[in-house]
Amino acid sequence: MTVTAEKGARATGKHQHPGPRSPRPRNSYALFLLPGALAALAVIVVPFLMNTAVSFTSWQGVGDPKWTGLANYRDLLDDAEFWASFRHSLFMVVAMAAVPTVVGLVLAAALFDYIAKHFGTRIAAVLRACFYLPQVLPIAVAGIVWSWILAPDNGSLNALLKAVGLGSWQQDWLGDPDIALYSVMGVMVWVQLGFPLVVFMAGLQRVDPQLHEAAELDGAGWWRRFWHITLPQIRPEIYVVLTWCTIAALKVFGAVYVLTKGGPGGATDVPSYFSFTTFFEKTQVGYGAAISTVLTVIILVLSLAFLKLQTRAEEGDRA
Amino acid sequence: MTTALRRYPVLIALCIAALFMVVPFLIVVVNAVKSPAEYSEHGPLSLPKGVYLDGLKDFWQRVDYGQKLFNSALISGSVALLAAALSVLNAYAIGIGRIKGRTWVLAFFVLANMLPQETLVYPIYYLSKQVGLYDTRLSVIIVFTVIQAAFGTYLLSSVLGQFPREILEAARIDGANKWQVLWRIVVPVSRPTIGVLLVFFFIWTWNEFLLPLVMLISNDNQTVSVALGVLQGQRLMDATMTNAAALLGVLPAIVFFLVFQRTLTRGIAVGAVK
Repeated sequence: MTVTAEKGARATGKHQHPGPRSPRPRNSYALFLLPGALAALAVIVVPFLMNTAVSFTSWQGVGDPKWTGLANYRDLLDDAEFWASFRHSLFMVVAMAAVPTVVGLVLAAALFDYIAKHFGTRIAAVLRACFYLPQVLPIAVAGIVWSWILAPDNGSLNALLKAVGLGSWQQDWLGDPDIALYSVMGVMVWVQLGFPLVVFMAGLQRVDPQLHEAAELDGAGWWRRFWHITLPQIRPEIYVVLTWCTIAALKVFGAVYVLTKGGPGGATDVPSYFSFTTFFEKTQVGYGAAISTVLTVIILVLSLAFLKLQTRAEEGDRA
Repeated sequence: MTTALRRYPVLIALCIAALFMVVPFLIVVVNAVKSPAEYSEHGPLSLPKGVYLDGLKDFWQRVDYGQKLFNSALISGSVALLAAALSVLNAYAIGIGRIKGRTWVLAFFVLANMLPQETLVYPIYYLSKQVGLYDTRLSVIIVFTVIQAAFGTYLLSSVLGQFPREILEAARIDGANKWQVLWRIVVPVSRPTIGVLLVFFFIWTWNEFLLPLVMLISNDNQTVSVALGVLQGQRLMDATMTNAAALLGVLPAIVFFLVFQRTLTRGIAVGAVK
């Protein structure tokens, strides 16, 4: 469609006579942007600037904020809770971006190459739907389901372990500070997996089947074809998925709120939950604003870096 | 022959993996219809002997679940419609109007979409108190309309950027003004993409947690997610109540999934490639 549209535009441009038709005032389209721009100003720009400004102050949410310059940020550097929350964020990136991307790639390729070809697309579609189902579940509900499955007494996981004779493996999955973070990670893999899978399966449809057939004739096994043909072909999708999932991992809040409330003893605290409690439980608004500003800067830098990487990769493909 | 032998293990492995994804849903359904006595006696893994619905009924009445469903539907439905309308207007100016500085405008919407809500939540909480919108469903509708429209603008702009110029040109020659071109031509032609946006905005807003948690404190205004999340956070629910809460929370999601499955999977593909 792009090609025809561009051709059409060029053709009409060529045959246009400069005489009778007056040049269209292009800017009047800007009026259509007005409602959206005003709304974004009120709901996003102003709150964002306020939050940034407040991060340089000491403020309890009432009265006048007191300007303290960089004091909040200096305090953050010495705050073990702050560093711990960002360390846990890295674990979340593993659970929500790295693992789902790798597993999603293998699953998507297996569904597309094996199942759809040998057992029909219907079975592939049903399996894909199973993997995607957790993605439509509200995170609060997923949290309820899992906190109850992982409960120490009478939870399904412990009951299952006991039933198959592995009673000694039973754990207080969300209550043990050494295990809680890994339990939350496991839940997040379950939540996130469907997204990369669906994106990759859509991307695989672009891969020219002749490439695979040629490689197969040359005696390349499945793994080699996956590595040398499939992976390079769906690189754009991989970049997009990694970007989105990494950002989602840095923002994770609902799961932590419902599963562990950041506990036990801060073992699963993440920046967004840390800023939430600082805002609304400790009412140290200035400090909370500083935490969220740091988070924002990290996310924006990461997004720009990924964007750059992506455009460079695309240009590399074209060259 | 060798491939035939290798095919089935792959199928079986994938089926087991898929089962693992679905098992939590099955456990929820099985346990939500057990009586408390049966649950404490046989644990979570036994099959129910009969269908016991009192737990569900109790829970429904205790949290006034009908009201929560209505709130969620009202907020998500309004946001979906308003955000789609706003996205269309924005994208019309950027993708078809090609206004000056559109790259920057588009970059702004992309960044706005990536911004963590934590950085907006306190000022929004504070400002909404100042203007008397705190603890109203309207405040949540306004905020999410803008946040979702940021994504919609980004997606629709690239779709409309490829809109066939001949059609627009023909309409203009026939004397249609910009509004008529928008409503009579651009919107009908882009209906599939707008449909995808409506579905996504609805489900995303339904699933939102942080902002509704902060903004909606009274029982009558809370959404399903907030009500269930707060109950869970208070650690006051016994096993039967948790089961009921889980099932009632899962059911709408499954309904959306079955109704919108095609749009969802197609939409994700569209979104990722743009």
